[in-house]
Amino acid sequence: MDVDARNQACPRPVVLTLSALPRLAPGETLNVLVNDEVATNNLRRLAEEKNCGFAVSVNAGETTVSLTPRERLEASGSAEQEASAYCDVPAASQNPSAVLVGSATLGKGDDVLGAKLMSGLIYALAHGEEVPKTVIFYNGGAPFCCEGSESLEDIRELAARGCEVLTCGTCLDFLGIRDKLAVGGVTNLYHIGEVISSTPGVTSI
Amino acid sequence: MEKDIKLTKLAECAGCGAKVGAGELARLLKDISVIHDPDLLVGFDKSDDAAVYRITDDIALVETVDFFPPIADDPFTYGAIAAANALSDVYAMGGEPKVALNIMAVPEDMPKELVHEILRGGYEKVYEAGASIVGGHSIYDEEPKYGLAVTGLVNPARMFTNSGARVGDVLVYTKPLGIGEVVTAAKGGLVEGEAVRQAEKVMMTLNRYARDVMVRHDVHAATDVTGFAMMGHMLEMAQGAGVAIEVDVDAFELLPEVRSWARMGILPAGMYRNRRYAESQVDVRDVPQDMADVLFCPETSGGLLACVAADDADGLVDDLGADGRVPSARVVGRVVEHEEGSRRIRLNTRETAR
Repeated sequence: MDVDARNQACPRPVVLTLSALPRLAPGETLNVLVNDEVATNNLRRLAEEKNCGFAVSVNAGETTVSLTPRERLEASGSAEQEASAYCDVPAASQNPSAVLVGSATLGKGDDVLGAKLMSGLIYALAHGEEVPKTVIFYNGGAPFCCEGSESLEDIRELAARGCEVLTCGTCLDFLGIRDKLAVGGVTNLYHIGEVISSTPGVTSI
Repeated sequence: MEKDIKLTKLAECAGCGAKVGAGELARLLKDISVIHDPDLLVGFDKSDDAAVYRITDDIALVETVDFFPPIADDPFTYGAIAAANALSDVYAMGGEPKVALNIMAVPEDMPKELVHEILRGGYEKVYEAGASIVGGHSIYDEEPKYGLAVTGLVNPARMFTNSGARVGDVLVYTKPLGIGEVVTAAKGGLVEGEAVRQAEKVMMTLNRYARDVMVRHDVHAATDVTGFAMMGHMLEMAQGAGVAIEVDVDAFELLPEVRSWARMGILPAGMYRNRRYAESQVDVRDVPQDMADVLFCPETSGGLLACVAADDADGLVDDLGADGRVPSARVVGRVVEHEEGSRRIRLNTRETAR
């Protein structure tokens, strides 16, 4: 199993790893992609605490930390349970709003900052106390639901918590990335129009 | 959405974990000339908690500033912690805060009630300290920040510098350790409720009460423990006085579950920075890694670490514990001669290292 924990501030890499470990098949290795030394060192401690084999490999600037549990990890009565409770909040915590994501960046100004803010906001949406009923990605927002997106885990989280995740089909075709769609469904402007006119709170970002 | 804003999610670093490392700071200040004014009793060349400027023989100004991104999700709590932390530097010099200026950065779209609550938390702590907020400055910024510039008064003959430790002194610490781990675990959603409230309460507690007791005792040196962690601040004390310190690691009071967070790698970047900076002078060989991590982990609004004359140590600890307003009062070490070539900080424990 692979976990992408790059560009995640502490303690997110550990939290992601904690929730993934109990889902491993016996003998399976968890590969965590990281890009800072703090994450590597924190995962080294976690591996020791959870009796996991530990290896670090660096390839073309990408660091992969591998954890192989030596015994079956129970997800009960310990922090893993709390971690998965945190990562898999039940679907009940949903509000009736819709969010439209039409850009790769949040706000006007610096694009590097804007991209960082947008992925931060998607993370926040996915891990807030309540998730929106619907999130629709279109135009510059469409690639977020496709392979290679850094927000993929967060959007999967959104979907897992009962949020309807949709991407504009016209946009996927225009950008030539329909076959890369990795999470959620495909929608069209009729449905988007319906969502806008029938939802009490629509936020466009 | 507005009511659901989690303040700490807007912060890249947690509290004093956002501090620039001690080694980095020394490099940044390198080659910048220092003006010599005989009335500047403590300047930034001394790496003390606050600057001290003499006005008369028995009155000196104590000047300090501190601010950081959200460390609590509740805005009032965040404001109160930031203020308690900023005021603390004055207490660490043995002084009394008199006036303070707000320093604030907020996102343009942050709800006004939220900003108001942060400020209310700050005002409440400053009033509790017996000081006044007399102005301030605020700007727009993506990441919120809040803190204070504080001016206090101290009698220079009776101030606590961090370089006054004498061989034979006993070290006393006044708050439980582990704030950094709890804050980091809370940021990751691994802990909530009572454990977080407890850490927040410790951070909100003014060091005023500890300071008010210490000025009645034979205290030779003091500092507040914040971003450089217990080990970083202790090392500054040892180096400043040209002594070494023997630490009784088992004596520290810890917040609940702190060592288990350390074992799971719930540790902020500041812990590694502090460890790299101070490790060459700290003998950690006999200490289990999780406990060593706690000693190197940044504290936010930590307690006062004081060096007191050995024959007054029991008296100080008794008085600190007398009215329940000082969160902890433990003897955590003693000052010894420094031997050339050996490390400044020696950690002793009855535990076996893992």
